[in-house]
Amino acid sequence: RFGQLSSGSDMAPDWTMKEVSTGTTIMAVEYDGGVVIGADSRTTTGAYIANRVTDKLTPIHDRIFCCRSGSAADTQAIADVVTYQLGFHSIELDEAPLVQTAANLFKASCYRYREELMAGIIVAGWDKRRGGQVYTVPVGGMLVRQPVSVGGSGSTYIYGYMDSNYKPNMTKDQCLRLVSGALSLAMERDGSSGGVVRLAAISETGVDRQVILGNQLPKWSTA
Amino acid sequence: MSSIGTGYDLSASTFSPDGRVFQVEYAMKAVENSSTAIGIRCKDGVVFGVEKLVLSKLYEQGSNKRIFNVDRHVGMAVAGLLADARSLSEVAREDASNFRSNYGHNIPLKHLSERVAMYVHAYTLYSAVRPFGCSFILGSYDQDDGPQLYMVDPSGISYGYWGCAIGKAKQAAKTEIEKLQMKDMTCRELVKEVAKIIYIVHDEVKDKSFELELSWVGEVTNGKHELVPKDVREEAEKYAKDSLEEEDDSDEDIM
Repeated sequence: RFGQLSSGSDMAPDWTMKEVSTGTTIMAVEYDGGVVIGADSRTTTGAYIANRVTDKLTPIHDRIFCCRSGSAADTQAIADVVTYQLGFHSIELDEAPLVQTAANLFKASCYRYREELMAGIIVAGWDKRRGGQVYTVPVGGMLVRQPVSVGGSGSTYIYGYMDSNYKPNMTKDQCLRLVSGALSLAMERDGSSGGVVRLAAISETGVDRQVILGNQLPKWSTA
Repeated sequence: MSSIGTGYDLSASTFSPDGRVFQVEYAMKAVENSSTAIGIRCKDGVVFGVEKLVLSKLYEQGSNKRIFNVDRHVGMAVAGLLADARSLSEVAREDASNFRSNYGHNIPLKHLSERVAMYVHAYTLYSAVRPFGCSFILGSYDQDDGPQLYMVDPSGISYGYWGCAIGKAKQAAKTEIEKLQMKDMTCRELVKEVAKIIYIVHDEVKDKSFELELSWVGEVTNGKHELVPKDVREEAEKYAKDSLEEEDDSDEDIM
């Protein structure tokens, strides 16, 4: 992918020639009994916000979600493929699939096609073998399990916040507050992240989704 | 029990008028001609025992194995045409390996046995091939599912078991297995009973010497399927031989 130093055509605006990207801030946190995942809602083509209410938290199976960052088209295509593969696998086994299996399927696609794709994905969910789990599959196709993971262009602004505020063995509500706080901080600082905060808590009992609108977001500046 | 299926038994793609596929039944006869193999599932693992008939004194001890490793946590004991069984063990190994490569974790035994059974079944559909002339018992142990035992036969069907036997003395072996309370036993206790059952069903008159092949997988081996270590095997064989002598003695007393 090459950046354009000068605009190609004077007739067509810049944003018609830029790839649609989920600029993004995404994150996921494990707690005892499940996971909390969150994302912003901005999709951009260049400087234009193509969708200000995007849902970047995509269900892959009943208790497994992924958070998408990078190219919107690439991540949607990969998520569709993995949803199919995981669904088939689950029917064959006659069992709910493992989060680890979903993560490995994402890794397989992201690694095999690493030259063509631009996708940073966080896979998170609950299964009965290992409870709540978070796996991160960044650009390039690595796979690693982490108790907390952040991703997307806005994540760089909240590494310090995560390192100082995350503690192991938090409750679900503490995790929800941590995620919404971190995301709104990133959305303030990163131009490619913004809109609303979408949250989801996944546990044995099910998936609990929420939206926090702009005016209700935690405030990080006095302005 | 056997009936001649004249005319309807030449290929697997033909049914007989009474709804049987004779080629598959003949394949099962091949299994019945082979020496016995048993597998028993207990509280914390699975134990396999095979009566390996020694056809020649020139054979190296431990050769012509009847128990295979399919994956680290899965073992397979076979009866019937050994060449067919070896080919199927390769199929099972590839399947287990591909699963791990695609999905990132150990293949569940139920799924593996269904996949291999489907493969075996495919060979019962066409006249261009013959069915596999072997049955096999698959056993595994892992942290999440615990001990599992499945058996696949030439018709391509697979069932889960607490204990099963295949080969010439399978009826006698099943009778002995049914006497055990395997759900309450540990692998160490069970390995002695498995050895005893093989010694009991071995026919001293018809078949001469035999080698006992014993393997296990369970908590005792940390989930790894392997041949039982020499000292455990010797202890088990001693227990088996002693039990047989006791029974002989008690017969004399009744007289």
